[in-house]
Amino acid sequence: MMARLRRAGLLAPSVLAIGVLLIAPLALMAYVSTLERGPTGGVIWTQHTADAYVQFLFERDLSDRLVVNTDYLHIFGRSIVVAAITTAVTLAVAFPMALWMAFQPPGQRLLLVFLVTIPFWTNILVRNYAWILLLRNDGVIDWLLARVGLTGQHIDVLYTPFATTIGLTYSFLPYMVLPIYVSLEKLDRRLIEAAFDLGANRWHAFRRVILPLSMPGVVGGAILVFVPGLGAFISPELLGGAKSMMIGSLIQQQFGQSRNWPFGAALSFVLLVLVLLALSAHAARYRREARP
Amino acid sequence: MSTQGKNPTNVTRLAVARPDNAASPAARAQRATIAVDCQTITKTFGNGAVRALDGVSLAIRSNEFFTLLGPSGCGKTTLLRLIAGFETQDSGTILLDGRPLDGLPPYRRPVNTVFQSYAVFPHLTVAQNVAFGLEMQRRPRAEIETRVKETLGLVKLEGLESRRPAQLSGGQQQRVALARALANKPRVLLLDEPLSALDLKLRTEMQLELKRLQHEVGITFVFVTHDQHEALTMSDRIAVMRAGHILQVGTPEEIYEHPSARFVADFIGETNLLDATRIGTARFRLASGVELETAEPGPPAETVTLVIRPERALLAPIGGTAFSARVEQVVYIGSDTIYLVVLEGGLRFRVREQNRDGPRSRVREGDAVGVVLPPAAIRVLAQ
Amino acid sequence: MTDAALPARFAFRRFGLWRFPGTRAVAIAAFFYLYVPIVALVILSFSAGDSSLARWQGFSVHWYADVLGNADMLRAIRNSLVVASVATVTGTVIATMAALATSGPRFRRQAVLEAMIGLPLIVPDVVAGIALLLLFVMVGVPLGITSIMLAHTVFAIPFAYLPIRARLQGLDRALAEAAADLYATPWQGFRRIVLPLIWPGIAAGAMLAFISSLGDVVVSYFVSGPGSTTLPVYVFSMVRMGVTPAVNAISTLLMLASIVLLTLSYLLGRRFQ
Repeated sequence: MMARLRRAGLLAPSVLAIGVLLIAPLALMAYVSTLERGPTGGVIWTQHTADAYVQFLFERDLSDRLVVNTDYLHIFGRSIVVAAITTAVTLAVAFPMALWMAFQPPGQRLLLVFLVTIPFWTNILVRNYAWILLLRNDGVIDWLLARVGLTGQHIDVLYTPFATTIGLTYSFLPYMVLPIYVSLEKLDRRLIEAAFDLGANRWHAFRRVILPLSMPGVVGGAILVFVPGLGAFISPELLGGAKSMMIGSLIQQQFGQSRNWPFGAALSFVLLVLVLLALSAHAARYRREARP
Repeated sequence: MSTQGKNPTNVTRLAVARPDNAASPAARAQRATIAVDCQTITKTFGNGAVRALDGVSLAIRSNEFFTLLGPSGCGKTTLLRLIAGFETQDSGTILLDGRPLDGLPPYRRPVNTVFQSYAVFPHLTVAQNVAFGLEMQRRPRAEIETRVKETLGLVKLEGLESRRPAQLSGGQQQRVALARALANKPRVLLLDEPLSALDLKLRTEMQLELKRLQHEVGITFVFVTHDQHEALTMSDRIAVMRAGHILQVGTPEEIYEHPSARFVADFIGETNLLDATRIGTARFRLASGVELETAEPGPPAETVTLVIRPERALLAPIGGTAFSARVEQVVYIGSDTIYLVVLEGGLRFRVREQNRDGPRSRVREGDAVGVVLPPAAIRVLAQ
Repeated sequence: MTDAALPARFAFRRFGLWRFPGTRAVAIAAFFYLYVPIVALVILSFSAGDSSLARWQGFSVHWYADVLGNADMLRAIRNSLVVASVATVTGTVIATMAALATSGPRFRRQAVLEAMIGLPLIVPDVVAGIALLLLFVMVGVPLGITSIMLAHTVFAIPFAYLPIRARLQGLDRALAEAAADLYATPWQGFRRIVLPLIWPGIAAGAMLAFISSLGDVVVSYFVSGPGSTTLPVYVFSMVRMGVTPAVNAISTLLMLASIVLLTLSYLLGRRFQ
């Protein structure tokens, strides 16, 4: 009895803090998405409408009829594609990298992990700003190309979805490397030795033993990259520019110059639902695997 | 001489010589007080899924070395933790010196525990560990210092006061755990398999050490173990437990010579268990047709289990009262030789003989021998 | 049996069967990729001219002097430090209490609670920022230092919780029981036994919370008000307006601070071992 009371007391602050400062606001946000937008921004608390969600797919033309508007779908689609490409690219780079790191001598391994983590600890603005320096016209890459002889040609990469992808892969690479590294490092070496002993060559050992056993790390890393990638804000803002907008910037715009709070809330809500779906699919898969 | 009954009077034991307990165990038992009284304790876990203790009752006398013995899962550790206060029973009550402990948290019970993992505080020195309980009780500094010194001397750890546990061996850490508990002069000391992590030689040493300590300090020890040899060595009395029940409580002799249940007979020491049907007051027939006479009638049942300790059986020349058998295996273990024989009808049987005159090679594998089972050596138990 | 006598497949330790072809090249390229942008940024921050252009115009630290003399920026730094400190202390205390509660015997709905504690890490920061903004507007909390502190405290909780919980799990449960057995009340047991032993976890958690608060951009962007910007928000606005040379210097300083903090926490962690 005393133990139960004590436990409740210990948990109360965190429940209160997260309930009041995260769960309640999210519920509020969902509620706001059902309200009528105010004339100068803000909302009208007493008027409900589904306008925000309608606006997602449709717009009204001059004769006030509903016409399909794919602009926002494009933005969502672009976000999903960019996040997916980012995940694929980071995976392609991170897996060989983690594989190499995991089979180094133990002392070196720690140093390598440290080296991978340092860029991750620099501020996200710094990481993206560095790429602005590299990618902008007359930036470092242009200058290098000029030195090599391709004068007068700008690479024109900045302010495209490509630049956003570069920024995202750069920011999220450690998120993919570390989980894969951990699952490879924890791999029982004797399993690989057993495979060798049974006649497998390196490729077979990799495909039949190492790869399947590193799957938890791969999936973990993929989730850690894809989900934040969907809702990314900084990289698209700084590197993508207005013409390659992603969900994050679109949402921010509704609370900025567009002054359409319910629509912004609706977009946020949809993004949140997408994220939760992705995560619960992953969790359900793990729970199913864990149960014999 | 028959050794039936609960109070054997002519018992000799290879135990530590007791300077002050000249009276017989029986007399001592009669004038002892009850230190810990457990009354119909029931404890379940997981909302009734696991019945760790089922209506268990037990009276532990003061100043005795009492052991809870049984296989894992029998409830012995649970009972210990209930006395210490780390768990609460579902029903039943526990009295310490006649006063109920129910509802009291562990820090208000005058009992102390020696844990299986020692649980010595790694960030405190040996002296700080031993002083901890006394500090919590706000004893004066001077008293704490003398007590710590005293107790460390008792467990032979003088000179190690300012060491950290990480710098000590397993055996030394165990002594720190012991000293830490004893420094508080608890009414009862609870020990949860404290010797299980030690190697054999150290373990045997510590068994005798603990026995000596209990005597010197004069408090009740409640000891939990699954090692029956350990229990027999150290205890004044043993409670044999299984699956949440106490099967038998008695002195080591009582438990060994007069087991009250088949499980007890099998769990303690080596034994031969033979199923038999009754054909007379003290006469039984085995499945193979062999008939045996026993000195005691046993419980009034048709089917019984006959219990014969290997060292009570004798090898003899074939003929006479000896049962014919064939030697299957001869195992020499230094002090004794064990013969695995097969009786008529395929019954396997163990005979143990002391190598009193050095190793004996007169009997070899495959020989036909006679096995004598003295009626007085046979216990009759219910199936 | 010498190595030469072994069949080839058993000699892998000597002949590098553990090396997978191509992985080393990729790894080196990846490290290159990770560090070149940062190195370029640092180098250019010392450029005497317009450091956003890739033209080296001589060594100078005048951008640093510029930055460190900027009153707005100094105020932003102060705000960041104040917010991070308050959020870290509050969040770490709350997280420690929660970790203590979940390290006992498992209770019903523990999974729900742990999901709740992890929730701030899952929600995209844009969504969290928006939601908090709406809350503050509705409730009437003015957007300023307080609103940022409240927001950062929520995020500090899961960051601090994870290392503390890990450390508690590694602790022998019998230690707390032994303390109680030796007449310590639950509070005494915590203060004298549990707390000293989990201190490295608490320090690590606090460090994580502090760094994450210092580096937070998006949530701070939505819940800060005029005059209460934190450093990342300040830099973000600068960069958004256009590339200004001072940003290089600020970025380098930020990076230096992160590395110093990280090394400090690593060293502290080693000392506690």
